[in-house]
Amino acid sequence: MADIAADGYVPERDESGALTTVDGTPLKVSLRKSQRRAKRRAFYLVVPLLAFLFITFTIPIVGMIVRSVYNPEVANYLPETSAAIGDWDGEELPPEKVFAAMAADMEVGLENRTIGRAAGRINREIPGARSLVMGTARHVDEMQPPYREAFLEEDEDWSDLELWRLLKRETRLITPAYYLLALDFEYTPRGDIVERPEIYQVYRLLFIRTAWMSIVITGACLLLGYPVAHLLATLPLRTSNLLMILVLLPFWTSLLVRTSAWMVLLQQEGVVNDLLVWAGIINDNGRIRMIYNQLGTIIAMTHILLPFMILPLYSVMKTIPPSYMRAARSLGANQFTAFVKVYMPLTIPGLAAGVLLVFILAIGYYITPALVGGESGIFISNLIASNMQGTSAQLKLASALATILLVLVLFFYWLFNKLVGVDRLKFG
Amino acid sequence: MPLPTYAGPLERTWYYSYRFICAAIFIFLIVPILVIVPLSFNAQPYFTFTKEMLSFDPDGYSLRWYEELLSSREWMRAIGNSFFIAISATIISTTLGTLAALGLSRPNMPAKGFITAVLISPMIVPLIITAAALFSFYARLDLANSYFSIIMAHVVLGTPFVVITVTASLSGFDQQLIRAAQSLGANQVTTFFKVILPLLLPGVVAGALFAFITSLDEVVVVLFLAGPEQVTMTVRMFSGLREEISPTILALATILVAISILLLSSMELLRRRSERQRGMSPG
Repeated sequence: MADIAADGYVPERDESGALTTVDGTPLKVSLRKSQRRAKRRAFYLVVPLLAFLFITFTIPIVGMIVRSVYNPEVANYLPETSAAIGDWDGEELPPEKVFAAMAADMEVGLENRTIGRAAGRINREIPGARSLVMGTARHVDEMQPPYREAFLEEDEDWSDLELWRLLKRETRLITPAYYLLALDFEYTPRGDIVERPEIYQVYRLLFIRTAWMSIVITGACLLLGYPVAHLLATLPLRTSNLLMILVLLPFWTSLLVRTSAWMVLLQQEGVVNDLLVWAGIINDNGRIRMIYNQLGTIIAMTHILLPFMILPLYSVMKTIPPSYMRAARSLGANQFTAFVKVYMPLTIPGLAAGVLLVFILAIGYYITPALVGGESGIFISNLIASNMQGTSAQLKLASALATILLVLVLFFYWLFNKLVGVDRLKFG
Repeated sequence: MPLPTYAGPLERTWYYSYRFICAAIFIFLIVPILVIVPLSFNAQPYFTFTKEMLSFDPDGYSLRWYEELLSSREWMRAIGNSFFIAISATIISTTLGTLAALGLSRPNMPAKGFITAVLISPMIVPLIITAAALFSFYARLDLANSYFSIIMAHVVLGTPFVVITVTASLSGFDQQLIRAAQSLGANQVTTFFKVILPLLLPGVVAGALFAFITSLDEVVVVLFLAGPEQVTMTVRMFSGLREEISPTILALATILVAISILLLSSMELLRRRSERQRGMSPG
């Protein structure tokens, strides 16, 4: 490179007079190249973590989403039938070629011992279908074409159109059935989508309850967090740092410790009830039930999530100069007007951050509702957990429920990123 | 904000009731945590203060629940598992998270907002969803019920905290320092170890502490991924709380509170140190 410090420096130029580097490449190109290199270098530092998360987080989650719609059993175990039944219109008994395909599938299925699984899968939709399939399959090697007549002779139930319609529906590799179930809908035997009978409706109610209780908890956190954050932001630094410990210690304390503390406190024989009895507010046999219900979940979760409201509010409130309030007062506003018209609008970024963060964290909570929620205070997460330990159908239902919850949470996360920005998240 | 001398009676009342409300909220925040400490020394298997305890009779207090905790092989094993998993996960997530934060803080990082959002997402996705996804994933790989799967899961959960903390500590970082070091003849490696790392270290240690406590506290994922071999203390605590709550759990809870106080104090020291290093006034 030319000596920049020397006097009489003449920058290199090409024929058109544009600046170039010493080797003759235009400066613009060279600059762009070096910026690209710097970009690449920065990106390389992030690659290990991105790759790690992709394998151990993204792939499992995508796998879960796929599982919630993937329905391979019938298509895999009855491949010929699946192919043959495709152009059947569903109005009358399927043609001979479907029955022949079924007979072929049964023979293969018997050999591979997979026919039982196919029968089990169909049985889940039409109770009793297992014995029909298995009974016929056992004699399929003795059958002669035409198979339609042979099947009907073996068992009357093969003339059941609903069975065939179901088979046709179940041969599709992708099914919305688990999402329908997760929202309390189901297929009729004819293939229409209807609401499930009212006594079986649980999930929609639970989604609504989860959202509603999360809103209540977020509201409670806001109500308790706002004054505290304001106090911390306006006190002298020395005092507020000391008081900040009272917010940070719960934040750093194990979730289970805090939940068990509330279990101890709120029990009918616990400290809070003892205090109330001692103070004469209630009498000994009028002890209040504060746990294993919605109240228990709301109290414990408000306590657990409160620091997530206070910290973002505090960091925004700290940046508001106190002179603004003084200016408003000197212009004739009373304390209340000055607070509502001047101070509160300035806290909105912190408010949005706190509210969204608490709501996002609340809606997916599992541990606390499981321990203190009882019957009425559990969340959708608890149903996901209990379905995960069940059969493969329950596992798929759990995946569908989890995917719905995930979409909800990701929506609010997107909103959070849009309104607040994830890079503004800070702790302590 | 002290009460101005010209405040009227209404303002005065409001001022004191506001302080009173705040005091009540602080009590709400801290008392539940502090109340289990004396209760863990209860001589009786009750979860409330006995008469002897309230009159400070030494007979009302005992160390029996601590003895029970420390002499139980299952509990000790679970505590050992917890620390083994937490330490392993912390090492990996701190390394990966710090590297990523260094990249994110460079002025020419492409798609910064989106990548940050992706890297933080394990903190936002409900644990039960992560658990459900990882459970099937590792079961298919035949790696469920292994330390490996749990440690990997905890690395995933811990890295967002490292990324956030280190990025925050880098936000005040003066990029000129790197150029200054290099103009004085330091190569990239020397610059990193002599200039960047010392300034970065408080942030990295804070991030590591976060990752450590995240792993130590985590219940849901371990609940689904752990076999009987890998049970951690929080999972044992969770199932203990579900069945019948025993005072032994309160003894463990008290130890955990002590650990959080320790970690919180180290965080505070780190913060002061980092502020001093940058020449900001100590808080």
